[in-house]
Amino acid sequence: MGRKLLFDKAHIEGIRYYDVYRANGGYGSAEKALKSMKPEEVLEEVKKSGLRGRGGAGFPTGMKWSFIAKPEGVPRYLVCNADESEPGTFKDRYLMEFIPHLLIEGLLISSYTLGCNSCYIYIRGEYAWIPEILEQAIAEAKKNGWLGKNIQGTGFDLEIYVQRGAGAYICGEETALIESLEGKRGNPRIKPPFPAVKGLWDCPTVVNNVETLAAVVPILRIGGDEYAKYGIGKSTGTKLISACGNINKPGVYEIEMNISVEEFIYSDEYCGGIANGKRLKACIPGGSSVPILPANLLLKTAKGEQRMMTYEGLADGGFATGTMLGSGGFIVLDEDQCIVKNTLTFARFYHHESCGQCSPCREGTGWMKRVLQNIENGKGKMSDIDLLWDIQRKIEGNTICPLGDAAAWPVAAAIRHFRDEFEWHVLHPEEATKRNFGLAHYADPLEIAAPAAV
Amino acid sequence: MFSEEKLNKVKEIIARYPAGKQKSALIPLLHLAQEEFGGWLSAETMDYVASLLQIKPIEVYEVATFYSMFNLKPVGKYVFEVCQTGPCMLRGSDNIIDYIKKKLDIGVGETTNDGLFTLKTVECLGACGYAPMMQLGKHFREHLTPEKVDAIIEECRVKAN
Amino acid sequence: MAEEKKLFKVKIDNISVEVEPGTSILNAARRIGGDIVPPAMCYYSKLQGSGGKCRTCLVKVTKGSEADPRPMPKLVASCRTNVMDGMEVANITSPEVQEARKGVVEFLLLNHPLDCPVCDQAGECHLQDLSYEHGADTTRYEFKRRTFDRIDIGDKIQLHMTRCILCYRCVFTADQMTEKREHGVLGRGEAAEIGTYIQQSLDNNFIGNVIDVCPVGALTDKTFRFKNRVWFLKPVDAHRDCHDPKCCGKTVLWMRGDEVFRVTARKDKYGEVEEWICDTCRFDKKDVKDWTIEGPRKIERQSVISQGHYVGVHKPKDTLVEVLEGRQPKLLLDIHDISEVNRPEIDLSQIDGPAHSDDFNKK
Repeated sequence: MGRKLLFDKAHIEGIRYYDVYRANGGYGSAEKALKSMKPEEVLEEVKKSGLRGRGGAGFPTGMKWSFIAKPEGVPRYLVCNADESEPGTFKDRYLMEFIPHLLIEGLLISSYTLGCNSCYIYIRGEYAWIPEILEQAIAEAKKNGWLGKNIQGTGFDLEIYVQRGAGAYICGEETALIESLEGKRGNPRIKPPFPAVKGLWDCPTVVNNVETLAAVVPILRIGGDEYAKYGIGKSTGTKLISACGNINKPGVYEIEMNISVEEFIYSDEYCGGIANGKRLKACIPGGSSVPILPANLLLKTAKGEQRMMTYEGLADGGFATGTMLGSGGFIVLDEDQCIVKNTLTFARFYHHESCGQCSPCREGTGWMKRVLQNIENGKGKMSDIDLLWDIQRKIEGNTICPLGDAAAWPVAAAIRHFRDEFEWHVLHPEEATKRNFGLAHYADPLEIAAPAAV
Repeated sequence: MFSEEKLNKVKEIIARYPAGKQKSALIPLLHLAQEEFGGWLSAETMDYVASLLQIKPIEVYEVATFYSMFNLKPVGKYVFEVCQTGPCMLRGSDNIIDYIKKKLDIGVGETTNDGLFTLKTVECLGACGYAPMMQLGKHFREHLTPEKVDAIIEECRVKAN
Repeated sequence: MAEEKKLFKVKIDNISVEVEPGTSILNAARRIGGDIVPPAMCYYSKLQGSGGKCRTCLVKVTKGSEADPRPMPKLVASCRTNVMDGMEVANITSPEVQEARKGVVEFLLLNHPLDCPVCDQAGECHLQDLSYEHGADTTRYEFKRRTFDRIDIGDKIQLHMTRCILCYRCVFTADQMTEKREHGVLGRGEAAEIGTYIQQSLDNNFIGNVIDVCPVGALTDKTFRFKNRVWFLKPVDAHRDCHDPKCCGKTVLWMRGDEVFRVTARKDKYGEVEEWICDTCRFDKKDVKDWTIEGPRKIERQSVISQGHYVGVHKPKDTLVEVLEGRQPKLLLDIHDISEVNRPEIDLSQIDGPAHSDDFNKK
């Protein structure tokens, strides 16, 4: 069994409620931080832990926190990003639903460190039943002196509010989230200024993912140095992976970042292998926007090494032969799945979710969707594949926010690795409506290029 | 117009934000209004919300038309919002959508003649591990099968009577 | 003694300029002027918060600053990125920028109706200029273009959303020029549109400025609609004593003979108004007697309206002569022999105003 830091007590009956949470050591980290540590000391622990943002970008949390501006007389805000909307990702939902106090304790410690007295949890609107769970937990925490005025006699004040979104993927982007929280359309802001300087209501603001903030609790409990001993290299600690698609055991798993992709997919502890005895064709390991990899590049890197479930391991080979850990939305495709159809659903998703503010994304996402629809429906031309490649290339990097990249990458990777499946669709339009391309050669062992002669 | 009780709720929501930042309450208030006034937002409803927050009506329209959860036209009493994005598609959401279409004899975006059901397709709702799924009111219905869909429809019919 | 402000040294396409801290790359480029100025479809220096959206002004920062010389990883919107001391920027010298810009133009034109022949903006349209300078000669888009119904927002302004590129300038204008903004951006993504939601007329004495800020033909002056092509009109600077304190009263009258066809604000070479004018001046003062005329207006932009003089143009090659290997074609009929109008000795550019038959009757 892998070591756990977030879900170690998730199995305890009633852990959702304050009494059980507290009886099992809950709020111990907060007590330690607020009563015996200065904010700078907490920040130091978080820096030492090597914790990286769990929302997808993987930016070092300690560093992000140290950027927050501290002008005199201006309030600072902590915003918890619970907008979880990346297809394949449903880890934060589990955490908030079953261990809400873990998040609240994390928010408390983080707010103390950053010097915030108000904190907003921005949760996606569709998780309509979770705000009640969170608000109940907030009320319990308040009743027991962990929120409100003069927390535990330390003189620190904190209020946590829950704000529901209303259906917009783009609000997971931190500046769009801030706009939405201000009661506006979720149009991402043009950066700079960054939220750390000018965020919510133009005040210094830190936006962190739910899992990131929850991870602060075990960091304080075991210490930053100890936390950094979990995982490999710069991928410290544990990561929540939400696994879905054609596997035997879909669900949310906490992994220590030292296991291989193969172990994650095939071991009974995690995904339990491919469902219905099928073979693995492809996988999108970090949420829909990260590059899809065929089976033969997923389990082993281009160098022939085991691919690990770490930031670096999944990114090995860059976009040519690697992918990203992203938000940990692990989508597995079996041999019966059609890559064109799958890519089309993601293109449709990004088209639906584009905010429409900047031209490459507003116009390009719809164009990609339509071209893919043609290929999928047997009306594609060979030139459409190159056209798609060109459209995604002109979107990537040219937009205000990363949604453009997120829309471009899945299309690029699908063409890069599965071009023959696209071509087959174009050349056999009749057949493509009746059957799928199948596994083809996508699981065949790759030839490992010999190291260049010195 | 909101009831006394809801108006208190409105006050409570506005109090979450610093003075003068009441516009932040817009999305929560629109949710409240949609629940309260028949599951959709009419122009009058939106103007009313604008007046509560002392903002211009256009600011409300801009926001209401941006977010996919706000209905700007009347919908059925029960709205089936079936996810069709990648992970759900891999687990057969297309079949579920087809099944509901046939069963209720409506297309996507349509409402049954009795005004009871509306079928919508939506993009990823964050329940990929429990696919196929749909949202019904405040809750998710997961691991859908034709039998489960039948049971849900029956359950709604019973509740409506 | 006031401390002397330190200026930032910036190099754009290898041309150096010194600008005040806080200047955007675009404005630094405008200081230099000429071909190296990136095009801007949404940025408008007089509208706070504008810019960053259309992505036509993308440039490459090849050196971040003297202190941190690393290049910026992505192309940046020059209108919303401020210069740093020692920054080096590539615009027309970067093939990557040119390629990206071509892509942006293609995206902007994807759903544009290209109805220039019936569009009142034609001839002074920024999208026309942009496509001419940076666009491809064909489209690769094979799908149905997005269309919207035309709507009248009031009796003076027509919104033709199909042509809109969502620059947001008109929204900023209404926000910043009027007390109560009544139109905005509705919908999301590809379906986003400018509108009022519940159809209403925009009622404010400064709302007409949205016509001037619109870079395309999405917002047009109904009092001028289909009255004339802009390049047939003679722009003259004029002013009047306007009673509205917010109105500068300084305008450009677009005339033909003694007739005032339309009134606009005065625009600089980047198409930005110099000062705002009120709707009374714009829509209701269409009589020469209302104005004191100052003189001809020189249009400094590259669009068609500034091409109204034909002196010194290069004639196209005579392909017929080329085909005949230098021999002059033998004309069976010289049109000038029988035409009463096309007389080669009359130089069109010497005719004051649009040509009339009288001009040709003068012997």
